[in-house]
Amino acid sequence: MGRYLVRRLAQAALVVVGVVVLTFVIVRLLPGDPAAAYAGPRASPEDLARAREVLGLDKPVLVQLGMYMSGLVRGDWGTSLHTRLPVAHDLSIAFPASLELVGTALLFAVAIGIPMGLLAARYFGSPVDGGIRLGSMFVAAFPVFLLALIVQNLFATKLGWFPVAGEYDSKLDATSPLHLYTNITVVDALITGNWPIFLSTVHHLILPALVVAAYPIGVVTQMTRAAVSEESSLDHARLERALGFTPGQVLRRFSFRPSLNPILTLLALIFAYSLVNAFLVEAIFNWPGLGKYAVESIRSLDTAAVAGVTLIVALAYVLANLIVDIAQTFIDPRVRLS
Amino acid sequence: MTIIPPEELVPNDERFAFLTLARGRLRGQKLFAAGAIVLLIIIVMALLAPWITPYPQDAQGGVDPVNSLLAPSAQHWFGTDQVGRDVYTRVVFGARTSLLIVFSVLSLSVLIGVTLGVIAGYAGGWIRDVVMRVTDVFLAFPALLLSLALCIVLQPDLKTAILAITVTWWPWYTRLAAGVAASISGRAYMDAVRALGISPARAVFRHVLPNSLTPVIVQLSLDAGGIILTAAALSFLGLGAQEPTAEWGLMVSQGQDLFTTAYWVALFPGLAILVAAFAFNMLGEGMRTALDPRRGFTS
Repeated sequence: MGRYLVRRLAQAALVVVGVVVLTFVIVRLLPGDPAAAYAGPRASPEDLARAREVLGLDKPVLVQLGMYMSGLVRGDWGTSLHTRLPVAHDLSIAFPASLELVGTALLFAVAIGIPMGLLAARYFGSPVDGGIRLGSMFVAAFPVFLLALIVQNLFATKLGWFPVAGEYDSKLDATSPLHLYTNITVVDALITGNWPIFLSTVHHLILPALVVAAYPIGVVTQMTRAAVSEESSLDHARLERALGFTPGQVLRRFSFRPSLNPILTLLALIFAYSLVNAFLVEAIFNWPGLGKYAVESIRSLDTAAVAGVTLIVALAYVLANLIVDIAQTFIDPRVRLS
Repeated sequence: MTIIPPEELVPNDERFAFLTLARGRLRGQKLFAAGAIVLLIIIVMALLAPWITPYPQDAQGGVDPVNSLLAPSAQHWFGTDQVGRDVYTRVVFGARTSLLIVFSVLSLSVLIGVTLGVIAGYAGGWIRDVVMRVTDVFLAFPALLLSLALCIVLQPDLKTAILAITVTWWPWYTRLAAGVAASISGRAYMDAVRALGISPARAVFRHVLPNSLTPVIVQLSLDAGGIILTAAALSFLGLGAQEPTAEWGLMVSQGQDLFTTAYWVALFPGLAILVAAFAFNMLGEGMRTALDPRRGFTS
């Protein structure tokens, strides 16, 4: 167990270093001169030279990479050109908002996808299975921005069941101001007992979270169906049926738990995928998350901000993978023993 | 004692195992058939686009402001957009763009990914370790994110989008091919290949590569839908194909602010993306079910 953990952590650290290097390479390729942006539009050649010196652009590339890395470790992620604030600060607000949206979406995915997958596996090969399978492939093929537009128009604009955009009713800031701890609005509202903002956030959250959840629901259903039906075809399941357990009992008691591993691995993968997929949904629902920040940074060629977004999503993914791998050792002893 | 020529020691027919297997098993696969038929229709429409669309000039720069934002009618099946171009014409031409993207990304990714993967899997040792760690780093970025960053860095257009998606896609094939190649290089006939003194390069490309293709081909068809969605997302954000190219994601993005008043500008290209991605997914799922080695040869 200890050795597995050490090896897994070392591997994650290696990937993190690689991710930082790759981000640095991309940023170095960005058009435009960071020194010119730093010095401002009316800079003289001397100002430019000074800016190059301050930013370290006159040093060898490897030294620059070292400076970039040590800056990241110290929490200096650069300054955003369009918000004029430290990128680390901007991310500390935008990332939790995205996490709120994607976290809710993954909850939907687990709550809907796993039962659907189990149902399909229980009636494997029947019309029920066929229907679920086709349906899950259909939602997974839906372009997320089209779904966002349709859902927003139908349920918010036309029917008025849900708010059209935003994270919560901003009028509530005056009547019941929110104290921030985690920067995740729904969590902060819950732990401080701020019910007006909590309810408003949940109300605002449902539509965009369902849209982000569409793809995860589809793939979680497919994965659950595949893993559980394969497990049910093994010898142990045949024995359990012979012992008199009903097909439903075999599924729930014996086939489901070994199938959790591939499902969890998949969840880590679609967490990162959804974080980026949510960019498009955030743009449409005006959700104050990473996507909105990324789109604004892209428009203003904001190098540091783009690098920050890229880096934080990749880091979140590496971390999610690590957590899942460690969680798996508790769920499935085969992982830590191999 | 007879001397067996080296080529006969290698099961030549395995090279075509995919085709023989596929023929037998794809029969009766409704998913595969449905996906294949829809895709065939899309491909034929894309090829015949100039002849089956009423206003082919609208696919390029043509504008007709007098007829802007007309609702769907007999003249304009899918209505017209804000500069009066026929949406139906542009949707059909958009199929060309999407297919071009899918086929370019897939062939480039396979070329890079499978070559590297087969070499890594066959060589093993530190070569395999290095290649796998590099793919780890690339796979830590969600496909859309890395493509996004690259499209900003380079000038956003169709070529850049293809390149950017390829950069994010090849590592999957490398991992897949490396796994298969490693298992193949452990088989008895590969010992024979080595014992005969066949050079490593020839061993890899003549004997390992052809036998690694079945899972790669299945993966290709499963991935095509994802590539369509990624490309559409890029152009939706303005980082893919540019005006006046007829591209589905771009068309949805141009129609998104009009959705309440003129739904057809965004809806029809959006549905085209859905149909194409769904068809590719059905094709891939059907293929996977038919060719899944775990299904055994009897079922």
